[in-house]
Amino acid sequence: MTDQTQSISSVAPAAKARAKSPFSLSRLPDAVTGWLLSLPLALVLFFFLVLPIAMIVVVSFWGATEFSIYPAFQFDNYEFLLTSPVTYQVFFNTVKYALITWAITLVIGFTVAYFLAFHVRTLTWQIILFLLCTIPFWTSNIIRMISWIPFLGRNGIANSTLISMGVIDEPLEWLLFSDFSVILAFVHLYTLFMVVPIFNTMMRIDRSLIEAAYDNGASGLQTLTNVIIPLTKPGIMIGSIFVVTLVMGDFITVRFMSGSQKANVGRLISNDIALLQYPSAAATAVILLITVLLVISILLRYVDIRKEL
Amino acid sequence: MTDTVGKTEQMTKKGVSRRSILKGGAAAAGAALGSGAITGFPTIWAQNIKDVTLRQFGTGVSNLNEVAQKVKEDLGFTLEMTALDSDAVTQRAATQPDSFDIADIEYWICKKVWPTGNLQAMDTSKIKNYDKIVGIFKSGKLTPESVIAQGTAPHTVGFVDGPDGKAFATEETGWMTLIPTIYNADTLGIRPDLIGRPIESWTELLNPEFKGKASILDISSIGIMDAAMVCEAMGEIQYGDKGNMTREEIDKTMAIFTEAKKNGQFRAFWKTFDESVNLMASGEVVIQSMWSPAITAVKSRGIECVYQPLKEGYRSWGGGIGLSKSLTGLELDAAYEYINWYLDGWVGGFLMRQGYYSAVPETSKNHMDENEWGYWFEGKEATGDITNPFGDVLAKAGETRDGGSFYERMGAVACWNAVMDENQYMVRKWNEFIAA
Repeated sequence: MTDQTQSISSVAPAAKARAKSPFSLSRLPDAVTGWLLSLPLALVLFFFLVLPIAMIVVVSFWGATEFSIYPAFQFDNYEFLLTSPVTYQVFFNTVKYALITWAITLVIGFTVAYFLAFHVRTLTWQIILFLLCTIPFWTSNIIRMISWIPFLGRNGIANSTLISMGVIDEPLEWLLFSDFSVILAFVHLYTLFMVVPIFNTMMRIDRSLIEAAYDNGASGLQTLTNVIIPLTKPGIMIGSIFVVTLVMGDFITVRFMSGSQKANVGRLISNDIALLQYPSAAATAVILLITVLLVISILLRYVDIRKEL
Repeated sequence: MTDTVGKTEQMTKKGVSRRSILKGGAAAAGAALGSGAITGFPTIWAQNIKDVTLRQFGTGVSNLNEVAQKVKEDLGFTLEMTALDSDAVTQRAATQPDSFDIADIEYWICKKVWPTGNLQAMDTSKIKNYDKIVGIFKSGKLTPESVIAQGTAPHTVGFVDGPDGKAFATEETGWMTLIPTIYNADTLGIRPDLIGRPIESWTELLNPEFKGKASILDISSIGIMDAAMVCEAMGEIQYGDKGNMTREEIDKTMAIFTEAKKNGQFRAFWKTFDESVNLMASGEVVIQSMWSPAITAVKSRGIECVYQPLKEGYRSWGGGIGLSKSLTGLELDAAYEYINWYLDGWVGGFLMRQGYYSAVPETSKNHMDENEWGYWFEGKEATGDITNPFGDVLAKAGETRDGGSFYERMGAVACWNAVMDENQYMVRKWNEFIAA
């Protein structure tokens, strides 16, 4: 709050000063002012978002030799991509990772946020515990991911502990370099992206609504499903968009945690790039982009984020 | 992202000491006399050469900071080193010709990159140790009786018709594409303590006994070779040329490996040096394709690891230095200077004491003691501790090198790392194998 008031008070004199100057914006018609104000952002988005994507789309129709790419308009890249069974398998894998990770991070993220927002009473503790959640993010995510490898390995801590406890006789092979380890790493890496937006929306819920539900005789579960979850939807959606896009666009986690044994679309693209097959990589990227946009548009059908925010 | 373990060492030393000018001058003068070709203005560039900075990039094996330091000491100019993985090296050599002066690449990469015209051919008359370069890189024969192995043998892409030649020549022409620097014979690495029996053939990689404990490298052009060595040893496929397979051969090879993968034969695939070391050292994997210094790295952790010679022979590779097309004038002279220095023995000794071979072994001998020369080159029993240039003890007295002498090892090469005519098809199949 104090920040805002400060910035307002510092802006005000400046605005006045501008009003006096001959080049004042306020002398221009409103429509022009609006266009001018949106111009910087529009330019930034055009040059750093629209243009690169357009370039990717263009290149996806080009041809490639082993060491160079040449402009063309051909559908070879798409044809190869869409007729290869591997593509479907890899996209299926990518969606599978995204769905499972999404479900797990949602449950964990919601629970953590719920605890922070409704069970921790004082603001101080809420802030302390919230910061605690973010501490792992002070390290690089590659480090956080790789540190699982010695833990889960055949002779790693997890296996040796389980063996010494007598739970298992043979080391569990599926702990590392498997779908399990990939999803574990994803959940570890991305749960916070679920916690933050959900916590944020939960904190805005008017407590009197919960009291009202309670007064009207709603049970704890009914309050949760009828009051809290509907009101938290925007947070859940934002968190979901984060998690789904991050997982679908990832390639390094899958490579390291599966010991290069599993593939997702990101790895397909990175392999193509490594082998100088830029057009083919671009075509894959375009298909991935379309898939992700579809997923997000489906998600957005359930919640009008703009309205809810 | 982490693939490219980018390591750039810059040794720019601003104030230049009198000593380094003298040294640079002396080296330059010596070179001018020695090569006889640089008759231009030795005194002028002797003073300027200290300002020269050459940017070299290549795979980690020979991009060593020690080399850059020694260049500064001996020759006076600055060498900036960047180490990348094979894919990134190819990519950079093919697409960013202005980003480097010297490309330290493998011969199969050269086959891929040369047609882009980003590299210039080198005049062998300016290379003073040219005559002493091992036959493998000139006629293709190690000894006059040798049979040339399959794959992209270095001599097949080592020469072009002239300074601007695009096509590779079949014999020595005096214009070299790469000056050979480093090479070795690769085989499978094993953990004898965890296997407990002799390993003699490439087939063991797919032996169900090692289910979930085998690994292969995920660099398609090299991985396919290891796969081919295995399939041929199993008697499943007879290849016309493992280094240049037909589509059918590629399909069959990948089918065998895909089936093995689905049955859980492989624990993981590795792409970087460190990954292969960790897989082996942690015991996740007991048999895998491996590179010689990786074996050393595992051993130096006190873990038993053997670079197992196999009866079907080795898969070999060779690297060399290529010059960027844009290199001219003083920089070009400095680059020739560097090449001559490279073949002069110090680097050779440095590399051979890590288990690689140098292109001109006889000059390297001067920089190794008798024990080291005997162990690394002649395959003799060590008479004392064998240490690498970094001081780690690699072998004790009485031990011999895995695979024996230079002639035994390089003489048993079954194929060279290669790029095939069906490379794009192979890459797609390899991608399918990884994704399967």
